[in-house]
Order: sequence, then structure tokens, then C-alpha cells
Amino acid sequence: MTNLLPLFVAIPLAGGFLAPLIGYGSDERRAGAARMLALLVGALLLAGSIAFMGAAARVCWIGDWIGTSSRPVGLSLVCDGLTELLLITVNSIAFIALIYSWSYIERFTGRSLYYCLFLIMLAGLNGVVLAGDLFNIFVFMEVAVIASYALVAFGVERPELEASFKYIVLGSVSSLFVLLGIAVLYNLTGQLNMALIADRLVAVGATPAVWLAAGCFIMGFGLKAAMVPFHAWLPDAHPSAPAPISAMLSGVVIKAVGVYAVCRLMFNVFGMTTPGGAMYANVLITLGVLSMIIGVLLALGQWDFKRLLAYSSISQVGYVFLGVGVGAAVLAGGGPAPVAGLAIFGGLFHLVNHAAFKSLLFLCSGATEYGTGTRDMHNLGGLKHTMPVTAGCCRVAALSIAGVPPFNGFWSKLIIIIAVAQAGYWSLAALAALVSFLTLTTFLKVQRHVIDGDPPAYERQPREAPGAMQLAMVCLTVACVLLGILLPLHQGWLIKPAQRALVSGPGYATAFGPPGMTAQIAQATPRVEEAGP
Amino acid sequence: MPSGMSLIVKTVTRLVASFIVLFGVYVALYGHVSPGGGFAGGAIVAGGLILVMLAFGRRQTRNMFTHGMALGWDCGGALAFVAIALLGYLAGDFFLNFAGHGDPYRLASAGTIPLSNAAIAAKVGAGLFGVFLALAVFRPGQRQEGEQ
Repeated sequence: MTNLLPLFVAIPLAGGFLAPLIGYGSDERRAGAARMLALLVGALLLAGSIAFMGAAARVCWIGDWIGTSSRPVGLSLVCDGLTELLLITVNSIAFIALIYSWSYIERFTGRSLYYCLFLIMLAGLNGVVLAGDLFNIFVFMEVAVIASYALVAFGVERPELEASFKYIVLGSVSSLFVLLGIAVLYNLTGQLNMALIADRLVAVGATPAVWLAAGCFIMGFGLKAAMVPFHAWLPDAHPSAPAPISAMLSGVVIKAVGVYAVCRLMFNVFGMTTPGGAMYANVLITLGVLSMIIGVLLALGQWDFKRLLAYSSISQVGYVFLGVGVGAAVLAGGGPAPVAGLAIFGGLFHLVNHAAFKSLLFLCSGATEYGTGTRDMHNLGGLKHTMPVTAGCCRVAALSIAGVPPFNGFWSKLIIIIAVAQAGYWSLAALAALVSFLTLTTFLKVQRHVIDGDPPAYERQPREAPGAMQLAMVCLTVACVLLGILLPLHQGWLIKPAQRALVSGPGYATAFGPPGMTAQIAQATPRVEEAGP
Repeated sequence: MPSGMSLIVKTVTRLVASFIVLFGVYVALYGHVSPGGGFAGGAIVAGGLILVMLAFGRRQTRNMFTHGMALGWDCGGALAFVAIALLGYLAGDFFLNFAGHGDPYRLASAGTIPLSNAAIAAKVGAGLFGVFLALAVFRPGQRQEGEQ
């Protein structure tokens, strides 16, 4: 089954290029055909990613070109625990966004091009998380983000175009930094395969050139993940896109091309047990905490529903980086492995949870805009009477993101805070709790001004969203509830393998390198025991 | 009023445009034995088409090469490329070069590589021309000028 891995990229790519061509007759019928095709591709990919869950980690060499350590040619796709986690997250959110698009995208023109861009973006995202070499990560990242530039501008009004332009400029700068980082690493090690780079970096040791490369990656991928000094594009780009695209952008794009890439590089390529490890970990923690605080403070003052959600994404990604960064710091400092494991577990669990509830919130904001024609919270309110399904889903999502007990957001934040405290960062744990409180305040405001409260004088009577949009929102609502209360059941299947992949650090190199690799790394670093809550 | 450039430019374009496109096809098809390849060949083909458009004006050219044609060749080329990669599964693996490799340095050699080059050439040629067409045809403030 291993050699089926390329299908995760090939199927959406083929579907994307087929979407504008199939169907005949009127634009209406062609768009209908594209819509069916996209939904079919989405369902196939979701089924595929579920089928790939939990099996042993594996590597697929494209075209049967298996490199050797002395002659490292060939491209590899790697599917380990972290990749599985991201694959299933990306493909489930994409499938739900496609269901939602079924009705939502009806009011746009050029709908078959929408599905074309959507599927190409999906191909890029799947490629990023599967790629086993750095240059392919770069290429697939560009595929995904260039499609997303176009999707952000899909409304082709002035604000959308402006947001998209800003996103293009900043995104291109960050891509150049990533490319520079790849060039530096290639110069140091002569390799592009991540396993081989990790192996050779052990011999290179801690030099300023390695730090330069790490800095380029943190800046480049950090901008894609909207970490705080690099976040300026996100509050424009995410609200401007059509709602299902906003859900994809905030839910999975910033995770796959940002968080995933940073984690993969820092843990598995640079390695936390190397001399530079503590420094990388501190950078991740600092940027994570900054994102967490500044994001929520900016979100608090927003009155545009979608813009508020976009700012809150910055804050929640900060939580992910805090969890993962503290885990990295503990590993780098030689601290207790269970604490590191718990922190990383919390970070990854929050990543999945954020994908669920933030996508749901964006879908709800889309339904609200669809029903009322506005997303200014001054002019909203009382939707629980007129749009009960949307309001109910929105309430569950708001409670989840605010960290109210039975829902998923509570558990991941709790795990992060406990792990951060256990690692000795008491002040950061307190800050995380405070930010959680501010998030609660922000989303109480959303509930007060959108769901509850007196309905203002609407221009037209708000109407409930169409069935497909309701179905998509209800699916994510169920996910928000189940991810939280079924944590003991799904953790071993969903999150533990990903956590192991990160904690094992340099184990990546020995597991996924070409056959006959020298594996200096195996002797150079001690094995870290499995850990977790 | 006649559109496009002067008679001299039009006459010269009429003479050379087909050779430019032919050269692009040559570069693409011989990509596996000589310098060049699908991307370079496709870019040359697009250059030939853009020359026609510059010389004869967009109104006249759009009747010959439509937006729909650009879209069709662009998507078709990409689809053909993915299809060649997927056909590798019949022989066992994704992107496996299953076709006979032939004698080196001959046109009919290197298995599926020339086919992939041709697909890329179609994709790149139509894509670049499509970008130019979009820049020439779409105007700010209105969705699209004229047809479609």
C-alpha cells in the first residue's frame, strides 16, 4: 500500500485540472459537474487518509528510484505519525468545506474555477505533509499558497484584491526565506532529503550557518503560520476569502505549511538534542507566547465577525507553538521525557481542535453573512430565533475555543497548561490561563452580539442556511464534542503516533533515510523514551 | 480602423510566427536528447502566439485563440502529465518509466519522458499565453471586455 502515497497528491491535482473541463452546455451544468467531481475527490481523499491511519510508518520512493547513502538520488514521500495526523485533519476539513461550498458558492461566478483552485490547494497541502525532502516541501508549499492567493481574491472586489496582494507580497518574501534556508542547508550538507540532512548535520555541528538556516525557516514558515511579528497579512487575507476557504486557510493551511513544517524541521532535522536545540526551543516559546497574547488582545476589539476570528487564529496558533516549544525546551534541556511528551501532545491536540472549531466558526460566520447580508457585529443579534442551527453550532464552537469544560478546546488547553507548569514555566502557564480567559471574553462578545441579544432592524428577515451548509456545520460541531469527550479512545490512534514522531527527533533520520545510510545520528544521540499523559 | 501594428510588422509576423511555434515544438520534443524540454518549448510556443497577438491586436487574435482554448490546453496538458505518472502504476509504481527506453540519443528513446515533455509544453504554452490573454483582455472596473 505504501506506493499509493503519491495518490494523495495526484488525485486532487487531476481532479483540479479536470474540474474546469468536464460537463457540457451551460455554465450552470458545468459548475454542477465540477461540484460533484470535487466532492468525490474529497471523499476519496478522506477515505484514503483514514485507511492510512495507524499503520506502521513508511517511506515511498517515487518511480522506484531508491537512493543509497553514497548516491542519494530520488524523491521520497514519508508517512509517519505526524503526517498521518495532518493528512486526516487536512482532508476532513477539506471534505466538510466542500460540502459547505455546495450551497455557499452558488452566488459566485466562475464556480468550476473555484473547485479547480480548491483541489490544487488540497494537492499542495497533502504534498507538504508527505514530502520527504526539503525542496519538495517548498514546491508543494508554493502550489498550496499560490492557489490560496487566488482563492482569497475570489470575490474580485477591491478589499479582496487588496488583501490578496498583501498576502502575495508577504507570502513571496517568506517563500524566499525558506528557499534561502534550503540553499544554506544544501551548501552545508549536500543533501535535500530531510533524513540525510539530519544525518549530515550531526557532523556539521552547531555553526552560525546552521543557525542562519534555522532562522530562515522559522521566519519563512512562521510567516505562513502567522506567528506574531509576521502576522500582518492574516487579518486581511482570511476574512476576505469565501467562508469555506477561510475555514481551510485558518483551519489547515496555516497548520500544514506553517506549524507542521516548523515542527518537522526543528524536531526531526535540526534536532532538539543538538547544541542549538535550546535556542530554537526558546525562539518557538517566545514567538508562541507573543502570538498568543497579541492575537487575543487584537481580537478583543474587533467588530467584524470574520476579522475577529482571524485574529483569534493567531492567538490559538500561539498555544500550539507554546506547547510544542515547551516540549522542545524540555527535550533540549535533557528534562523528563514524559513532560516533554505531554507538552507536545497538548500542542498537537490543540492543533487538531483548532482546525475543528475555527473552521466551524468561519463556516458559521459565512452562514450568518449568507442569511443576514452582514458580518458587522453591531448589526447582528438574536440569530438563535431566526437561524437556530447556525446559532447552535456557533455556540458550541465559541465554547470550545473559549475552553469551556466538556468541549475539545478545554482539554487541549488544560494539557498544555499542566505540561508548561510541570516543565517549570510557571509564569507562562499563568499567561496561558489568562489568555484563555481573554479568549472566553472575546467569544462571550460574539455570543452576546450574534447569537443572543435583541435582533436589530435587519434589512431583510434572516433565513437559515441551506441544508448542505447546515450539514457541514453539524458535522464539525459533532467533531468538536467528540474530540473532547472521546480523548481516551482516540488519543492512541490519532495523536500519540504524531507525538512519538516528534519526540523521537533524530529517529526520523534512521527510519526514513535511504537504505545503507551511515546513521551517525543513531550513535550520536540517545533514544528518548516514549512519553505521554 | 485597423487594429494592431503596422503592415511591416504584420507581414514579418505572418512569415515567422509559425516557425517560432514549430521551433518551440522541436525544443519540447527533443527535450530528452538535447538542451531544452517541455517548459522551454512551451514558453517558445507561447512567445510565438504572443507575437501574433501583439502584431494583430487583441480583437483579431482572440477570434483565433480563445480563452477557452487556452484553458482547455492548459488543463489538458496537466491532466496528461498526471495520467502518464498514474500509468506507471500499471507497471508497478507511480512515475515508473514503463515504456521501452530505446537507443540513447534517438528521438524514440527515454520511455515516457518525451510524452511528459509534450504534456508540459502544452500546459506551459497555453498557460503563459492564457496569462497574457487575461492581462490583455480583462480591464479594471469591468469583469471582461466583449465576449464570454
